[in-house]
Amino acid sequence: MTQIIVRFLVGGAVVSVFAAVGDLLKPKSFAGLFGAAPSVALATLGLTLAAEGGSYTAIEGRSMIAGTMALFAYTSVVSWIMMRHKLKAVVVTTYSIPLWFGIAFSVWYFWIK
Amino acid sequence: MVRNCVQRLVFLDKVTMRVKIDTFALGQIKWHDYAIRFLFGGLVTAFAGIIASQLGPGIGGLFLAFPAIFPASATLIEKHEKEKKEAQGFEGAIRGAKAASIDSAGAAMGSVGLLGFALVVWRFVAHANPWLVLAAATLVWLTVSILAWKPSSLYLLRKCRLILPVKL
Repeated sequence: MTQIIVRFLVGGAVVSVFAAVGDLLKPKSFAGLFGAAPSVALATLGLTLAAEGGSYTAIEGRSMIAGTMALFAYTSVVSWIMMRHKLKAVVVTTYSIPLWFGIAFSVWYFWIK
Repeated sequence: MVRNCVQRLVFLDKVTMRVKIDTFALGQIKWHDYAIRFLFGGLVTAFAGIIASQLGPGIGGLFLAFPAIFPASATLIEKHEKEKKEAQGFEGAIRGAKAASIDSAGAAMGSVGLLGFALVVWRFVAHANPWLVLAAATLVWLTVSILAWKPSSLYLLRKCRLILPVKL
């Protein structure tokens, strides 16, 4: 339980720092880079390194490749939809989440596993 | 028509202008917006840890690139742009959606950099000083993201010219 709380606090802090840096920057397309910052990855991998070591962390890094491909597809689709249709961001970003799951797990299962 | 053209030019300038730091923007963001990001970031990090311990690092690693705070950030940007436009007496919904779209396009370029981050971690973390590898991977993320961003912003500029002929 303590480990989960530590993960929550460290993850929340690192994500907030990257988000704040993104808020400081202009133009918006550049600030958007920080929407895909390795914030959760740094928090998680740092804690995993301390607890499990390098080999275990390398496996997480390998699977992360599938996650990044899914994130690229997800953000590209969200951008495309919002540029062309009058839909609210909360609707588009939420309803596109299954796309991330579909691509991430497909790439992992067929290519990385 | 002249006003529309000027608005369009201002918008296109915002897409491709030089990178700069705007400290004023920090003051515009309310504390609960940061609280939401902290909450989502913390939850996803804790969730990724639980998944890794229950189902193994193979599945857990996928969630290191989960769009944890992306929906909250995009919604926030849309809201701020809409309010800013409406404060000037204009309809702000379209402007808000376009701003969120541009932010998403930036995040897509950031995810290209994140792929570089993951590759560096995967290849080197077990064989070199792991903390240095994490630092190097972060640097790779930033470098690749910026290299991917510049041409994509020019592409975005062309798309905006096609999609937004007069209406903003």
